[in-house]
Amino acid sequence: MVTSVTSLGRNGLSDWLVQRVSAYLLAIYAIGLMAYLLCNPGLEYAAWHALMTSVPMQIINTLVVFSIASHAWVGLWTVTTDYLTGTQMGSSATGIRLVVQTLLVLLILVYVLWGLVMIWGGA
Amino acid sequence: MSIRTVTFDAVIVGGGGAGMRASLQLAQSGFKTALISKVFPTRSHTVSAQGGITCAIASSDPNDDWRWHMYDTVKGSDYIGDQDAVEYMCSVGPEAVFELEHMGLPFSRTEEGRIYQRPFGGQSKNYGEGGQAARTCAAADRTGHALLHTLYQQNVKHNTQFYSEWLAVELVKNAQGQVCGVIALCIETGEVVFFKSKATVFATGGAGRIYASTTNALINTGDGMGMALRAGVPAQDIEMWQFHPTGIYGAGTLVTEGCRGEGGYLINKDGERFMERYAPNAKDLAGRDVVARSMMMEILDGRGCGPNGDHVLLKLDHLGEEVLHSRLPGICELSKTFAHVDPVKAPVPVVPTCHYMMGGIPANIHGQALRLSAGHDGDDQIIDGLFAVGEVACVSVHGANRLGGNSLLDLVVFGRAAGLHIEDALRQGMTQAEPSTDDIDQAMARMRRWNESDKGDSVTDLRKELQQTMQNHFGVFRKGDLMAEGVKKLADLRERIAGAHLTDKSNAFNTARIEALELDNLLEVAEATAIAAEGRTESRGAHSRYDFPDRDDENWLCHSIYDPLTKQLGKRAVNFAPKTVDTFQPKVRTY
Amino acid sequence: MKVSIYRYNPETDREPWMQDYEVDTGGKDLMVLDVLALIKDRDSSLTYRRSCREGVCGSDGMNINGKNGLACITPLSEVAPGVLEGKKPLVVRPLPGLPVIRDLAVDMTMFYNQYEKVKPYLINETPAPAIERLQTPEDRAKIDGLYECILCACCSTSCPSFWWNPEKFLGPAALLQSYRFLADSRDQATTERLGHLDDPFSLFRCRGIMNCVSVCPKGLNPTKAIGHIRSMLLERAV
Repeated sequence: MVTSVTSLGRNGLSDWLVQRVSAYLLAIYAIGLMAYLLCNPGLEYAAWHALMTSVPMQIINTLVVFSIASHAWVGLWTVTTDYLTGTQMGSSATGIRLVVQTLLVLLILVYVLWGLVMIWGGA
Repeated sequence: MSIRTVTFDAVIVGGGGAGMRASLQLAQSGFKTALISKVFPTRSHTVSAQGGITCAIASSDPNDDWRWHMYDTVKGSDYIGDQDAVEYMCSVGPEAVFELEHMGLPFSRTEEGRIYQRPFGGQSKNYGEGGQAARTCAAADRTGHALLHTLYQQNVKHNTQFYSEWLAVELVKNAQGQVCGVIALCIETGEVVFFKSKATVFATGGAGRIYASTTNALINTGDGMGMALRAGVPAQDIEMWQFHPTGIYGAGTLVTEGCRGEGGYLINKDGERFMERYAPNAKDLAGRDVVARSMMMEILDGRGCGPNGDHVLLKLDHLGEEVLHSRLPGICELSKTFAHVDPVKAPVPVVPTCHYMMGGIPANIHGQALRLSAGHDGDDQIIDGLFAVGEVACVSVHGANRLGGNSLLDLVVFGRAAGLHIEDALRQGMTQAEPSTDDIDQAMARMRRWNESDKGDSVTDLRKELQQTMQNHFGVFRKGDLMAEGVKKLADLRERIAGAHLTDKSNAFNTARIEALELDNLLEVAEATAIAAEGRTESRGAHSRYDFPDRDDENWLCHSIYDPLTKQLGKRAVNFAPKTVDTFQPKVRTY
Repeated sequence: MKVSIYRYNPETDREPWMQDYEVDTGGKDLMVLDVLALIKDRDSSLTYRRSCREGVCGSDGMNINGKNGLACITPLSEVAPGVLEGKKPLVVRPLPGLPVIRDLAVDMTMFYNQYEKVKPYLINETPAPAIERLQTPEDRAKIDGLYECILCACCSTSCPSFWWNPEKFLGPAALLQSYRFLADSRDQATTERLGHLDDPFSLFRCRGIMNCVSVCPKGLNPTKAIGHIRSMLLERAV
């Protein structure tokens, strides 16, 4: 049993599940959006705006933002723990990994907040 | 030269089935035990055993009786198996096999959920009167693999201290002839260490590599027997080498007797099932010595297969794809790889191939090594501190010919027995025999010899010559004059090996040094075999002579004892006094 | 034919190097191990492990023209097109990802450590019966394809996840072994075993790329076993 405090759920199964579920959600969202665009060839800004500011769509978009964020974190965390390790870069690895992971978390948080502002910010 | 010393209650040399069964027993009881193995334990040759472990567990036949198994084994041994030892093995066997199952060994199963048993050669019901028995417990055709891995897993569980990839080089004994431990070489680093211990257990396996063509692994170089002989310990019945009927032609790899147990049979170039002529009742499931000889007769009489008529065929396709794939999956793999034949479609080319050393270090049922007191026909004398189990030991349960499936049983029963005995002895205060610095230094002589060599023949050439000599002069059929010539060649080889050259003297993982040290052991076993074979002037079991074609119970219903110090052959009485059953009297052996 | 072999002797070499040998195989479709033996006859310093020479002991796992396999059961004709005919060299390297001791012999300690971590032994605390524990042929069939592992390390050393985290990710061999006991109807430690596997590394570093499956010389499928364990974890936790 390997303990890990930086992974999303501190648990492999929950990380794995989050990654899978978020992937399905993103896929369905992408396909749905694509279908909508194909079915509405002459789409105008007003109709698009109305769609995006409807409450159901705002909720869906929020879910999508959280899905992207968690999916990205699980993936990037894996990448950092694969390549930024002692085997690859010697004793400085832990420090570097911690810094990179912190920066990535902050960046993802920024994106999440930015996304929420866009979705719920009105106008 | 002083070397590091490590001290243990018991040191086991060899990580095959017998060694790991003994170490498990001792590790469970908490004694300080080391297991030295020249390969990682699961790479030991036990892993290659295929067909199964013969034992009267009464699964296939609820009325089966260990006494019937004992009868078969004594008959199979051509009556020079010690009956007290055979009795012990066959009666304790079920307990030892059930223990293995409890440890997790993945045996194949019957519909009732019990261990699956298949017929093997030389097996009968009701003391030979009740027809073919099915007594070999099997895990598909990978029983040895399953057994070895299970034992390794149990040793991991009980924290046995492994010295993997350490080669035991020499026994250390003191002036009183007591064994004090072994010198061993760490293959990875080249460090040499003295393992001092109250009990030294040899579980070093066989030496099939003395022959050019063998089913044995490349590591089977008789290291334990070699060390013992150099230390003056005698070899018993060492002329008795089993040739397995079905080694794959050309490659030497084994296909299990279980093939014939499941219904396969041998055919000659005319497609005739020739074993019907040689053994009308048991046919292809006669004793291995009988089948191997019959095959050689067919080949010598011009009924062999192939362009050179030098092998016969094992027919399996009539069993059907389903049986072959479920019961003999490993065999299908092996014959495709090494014979380029799919047994589902075509018969497999096979030839008798050196397989098993029935002889070895004389030992009692507790694994204690024995020598004979003054003179060659004297009483047994226990060698303090030395034990032998498994193929290197000659207890003797196999006598002149081992039955299929009895080797795995031998391993676990006597590995366990030695463990139990040593456990007991240690509890009662077994003492450590002390060596002098000189004793240790003497044990280092061989290492030094190789390290200081600067010219001479190459190890590879000498090994090949030795193997070819054994193959040509001491094969399935033997002849006095040919053997005398072989003995001379070996004497010449001894001189050249004593002056041979080790070119690579580096320390880290030097396999050239390992092969050089192994060559010394091969030579010891080969010479003992040769002299004993020439000396036994009769035909019995696996030892078959043109010039003495008959069994001679008057002179040779006994063990041969080869004394390495005088190179003379003596005799030792066979035990005919089992404790709970009547003696099985020697009869003419037919199948 | 030309044979190119990875050489490294810690006592004399500062760095590993490739040595080329010209070997006369007589056009025969030898096993790679036979070719190595022919070279060793001439150059006794060449170092590799071998034992059974029939693919059951697992000693001679090595990297042959880029693919892990057992030298003793890999014929030249199966290495790559052109190798048998001598048009292409045979290239032999040690198993990747483990420290090299010398030439083709690697230090397998990390591999064995991971094996030991999964408690590779049957755990059953109920007193054993006087005979064997019964098991139906159907239950026994569930461990087919699992117990046959020979610990040759071809799979784990072909797995990038194992290369990157050999101390944290158990690797395909150990996980296959873990499932061998989870799938055994006689084993009672399911909860304990699963409890040791649900962290982000031990099992979940498997990305299902199936390198392990494509190299296993015994035709086993560790990825499938890992999938089964994942399902068991899911069943337990959801």
